Amino acid sequence: MSAEPHGHAHEHAHPGPATYAKVAGLLTFITALEVWVFYMPAMRPVLVPVLAVMSAIKFSLVVMFYMHLKFDHPAFTRVLLGGVFIAFGVFLWLLALFTFSHPMTNGPLV
Amino acid sequence: MSDASHAEHHYTSLGVDNRKLGMWLLIASECLLFGTLIVTFMIYRHHSTAGPNPADVLDIPITSISTFDLLMSSFSIVLALHAIQQGDMKGFRRWILITAIGGLIFLGFQTYEFTNFVHEGLTLSTNVFGSSFFMLTGTHGTHVAVGVIWLLSLFFSSLRGKLTEDGALKVDTMALYWHFVDVIWIVIFTVVYLFVYV
Repeated sequence: MSAEPHGHAHEHAHPGPATYAKVAGLLTFITALEVWVFYMPAMRPVLVPVLAVMSAIKFSLVVMFYMHLKFDHPAFTRVLLGGVFIAFGVFLWLLALFTFSHPMTNGPLV
Repeated sequence: MSDASHAEHHYTSLGVDNRKLGMWLLIASECLLFGTLIVTFMIYRHHSTAGPNPADVLDIPITSISTFDLLMSSFSIVLALHAIQQGDMKGFRRWILITAIGGLIFLGFQTYEFTNFVHEGLTLSTNVFGSSFFMLTGTHGTHVAVGVIWLLSLFFSSLRGKLTEDGALKVDTMALYWHFVDVIWIVIFTVVYLFVYV
């Protein structure tokens, strides 16, 4: 009997140090760009969307290449996305609830 | 029991290793924990009657350096994983130690930041900004500290010969935890620090 689990058919070889180094370079570049954008007064009106996109790109790079989701079994991706979607839903729901309709946040607290 | 039959017992019906799946489930549940802490911070950060407020105390240049440090520790741990998968135990020990040092440097930056905040009058009980800020970043810092202990335990296990190239999955599982700590910091850096004037 083969000990090889059928799920391995979904997996691919992980990248090597050269790819990891390129990702590290990209992460460093995007972080420097984030700080530059933060200090540019002209960018102030679009600060939130621009920084949110850059943060999402960094998040995706780490998850896909360093955590190997791009290469591993799709079940791991589903587990992570499940957690992220529920967390994001709770995040939006609480933000909406406490920003628009909760009396405690209509004025300053302690 | 042979290594092959022993390894067989760790696979789920999906065909994935149950220890790795367990770590992914932990990560998914941790997303909920940090999601609620981050939204709590966003809701309360501008509702303090007394200072200090976020713009008074947050130091972007210092935090940018600690962010870079944590990102590079994610790079060094994938190199540690790659080394052990190739059977290069010397390289593994070098990179895992560099990762642990990177984690300790990050904790040093956080200690410096927290000490400065206390000197400027911001504590856990000063105002709602302080409460939500210290809860969020303190929880993250605790995760980093746990990660550093885990990294060092792998390093010393390897030195004693208890961790060999057969234990690559242990390093893979640990690396997942470390990368998660890193991606959560990516979000915290943007939401807490760079959105300070929003």
